[in-house]
Amino acid sequence: MARVTLVEAINMALNRALADDPDVVLIGEDIGLNGGVFRATQGLQQQYGDLRVIDSPLAEGLIAGMSIGMAAQGLKVVAEIQFMGFIYPALDQVANHMARMRHRTRGRLTCPVVMRMPHGGGIHAPEHHSESLETLFCHHAGLRVLCPSTPAAAYGLLLAAIRDPDPVIFLEPTRLYRLARQEVQDDGVAWPLDQAQVLREGEDVTLVTWGAMTHETLRAAEELAREKISAEVIDLVSLSPIDHARVLESVRHTGRLVIVHEAARHAGLGGEVAATVAEQALHDLLAPIERVTGYDTVMPYFSMERSYIPGPGRIVEAARRALQY
Amino acid sequence: MKTVAQFAIAREQLLDEQGRLTGEPPAFAADGEQLRRMYRMMVLCRMFDAKAVNLQRTGRLGTYAPCAGQEATHVGVGAAMRAEDALFPVYREYGTQLWRGVTLTEILTYWAGDESGTNFAGPRHDFPWCVPIGSQAPHAAGAAMAFRIRGQARCAVAYIGDGGTSEGAFYEAINMAGARSLPVVFVIVNNGWAISMPVSAQTGAQTLAQKGIAGGVAGVQVDGNDVIGVRAVMEAALAKARAGGGATVVEALTYRLSDHTTADDATRYRAAEELQAAWKIEPLLRTRAYLEAQHLWDQTQEDQLRAQCTAQIDEAVHAYQSRPTPSTDSMFDHLFANEPATLTAQRDTARRHPQRGSHTG
Repeated sequence: MARVTLVEAINMALNRALADDPDVVLIGEDIGLNGGVFRATQGLQQQYGDLRVIDSPLAEGLIAGMSIGMAAQGLKVVAEIQFMGFIYPALDQVANHMARMRHRTRGRLTCPVVMRMPHGGGIHAPEHHSESLETLFCHHAGLRVLCPSTPAAAYGLLLAAIRDPDPVIFLEPTRLYRLARQEVQDDGVAWPLDQAQVLREGEDVTLVTWGAMTHETLRAAEELAREKISAEVIDLVSLSPIDHARVLESVRHTGRLVIVHEAARHAGLGGEVAATVAEQALHDLLAPIERVTGYDTVMPYFSMERSYIPGPGRIVEAARRALQY
Repeated sequence: MKTVAQFAIAREQLLDEQGRLTGEPPAFAADGEQLRRMYRMMVLCRMFDAKAVNLQRTGRLGTYAPCAGQEATHVGVGAAMRAEDALFPVYREYGTQLWRGVTLTEILTYWAGDESGTNFAGPRHDFPWCVPIGSQAPHAAGAAMAFRIRGQARCAVAYIGDGGTSEGAFYEAINMAGARSLPVVFVIVNNGWAISMPVSAQTGAQTLAQKGIAGGVAGVQVDGNDVIGVRAVMEAALAKARAGGGATVVEALTYRLSDHTTADDATRYRAAEELQAAWKIEPLLRTRAYLEAQHLWDQTQEDQLRAQCTAQIDEAVHAYQSRPTPSTDSMFDHLFANEPATLTAQRDTARRHPQRGSHTG
């Protein structure tokens, strides 16, 4: 078993998928000889050739559109968008075609495409390189949206996404790419889809989060533990659909909910989690639901990004408020 | 300064406005039955189109995009393609689709507001109608890439309108097709008008065919009302693509004799004289004139054909009108292969509140 980073786990899963299934192809900008700007596709074109690891022209709409054409003719396509801030030209293709091809042809044509892209900030990147835009995709029927937070999850979920017969948006937390190593076995075993993960069990408050924010949230849970507050930390993992059952189960136990996300607050996914808990577990709540999120500002250029991304201090503060209510 | 690149755009016409051959006839033109088959399909399209507009006007069909005037382009393209090639239509190229096995009932079902009309019984790998303008061009490039990856001698054919050539997706697809010499043909149906916008206001380009040149793709114009010319140009483009010679942009010059859709009123922006002139050079007249001059067609055959088309259309309309009413489950059934648990409650709500027509529940 190898100790790998998250980006190495992604490379391992891509390598496994290419080896296992001749229908799997990769397409994206600089993914060939260069191995992608984060090296997620390192060495794969050398191993599988330029017809299976395709360097595309610099056009995100084309990448998504071609992926649809390839997938509907029987290939399984893994497309890389270099940074999430560049996804907008591809949205027309993802929303109008990829997400609804199965529906509008009543299953005649399908789009088994995985759209991989870095998600979130914290790596001192240029403008437009640090966005958290999951809500754009979660609003569209016909898509699954995944966001792993560990190397093992990245490996297992990417295999699950590639094997799923429908389009999957696969968000890779940029600042976790090389943050930590974990033992990951290259066993070809996929994780289940549509399931949240409990990262830490607790009694007093439920902290729901995903992606890179799992790290800040787990640190907040440590700090709360020092104050004798027992926090349960849930990683949604699947942002669409949301495993509401798992969240509700936890909130019914703790009676308190804090939702943490890096994306902007307004129309953020936290609202959907909060609304569902309010609808289905109102009488189990002992305190108002708290949201700790990015601000409703432009995702700042890096000099200010650490002030934008919620830190453990803000999460602890919100949890204390819920406890003191 | 020295010239480092030059280009020219050729225009093909084999059958002129009076139905006279103006060039060397291609091989298929020696087969009278082939020509009759193409003419029959053009007439079926024209008659079906009139019926569909009538159904819309009498409240029995939703908004419909008519094809009158463009039959030669549509049938010529269809006749040049092989069954295993893949079509990426816009939304009015019924002649190509019918040639490839899409049915009149499927077309009507779609325009009745029911996507199940795109579940073609015939060409299973052809794409459905594409409403967001230009977005089908990258799909065709992708399919062509898939054919290349799999070593298949198949081609993709993408339609686009004159207005569609202003979309970025069109240029992106052409650029890719040129970069990789992909087996794809982009057919620009230049019918003069993008709803209310004439081509002259759409672009400063001298021709639309030349839009391929900057992407490394050859461009050619053809008289889009000349079914023999369209088929010949398409056969050449497809043969080149199949042999590894790469993509072609074909600009077919035709005319939209109808409104953009049944929701449009072209008299608001288009001169009556222009329309009258276009009716004089429309494709059915010249095709019939040529067939009659070659003694391949006569009035008796014309009468028989029109009776057959009427019967076929009536049968299709009957099948369309007696199709089963879709259930509310049809909104949910094909969103995913593996339906997420979150949809179950919504499916049940929809079942309890089914509404027909324009009333909501």
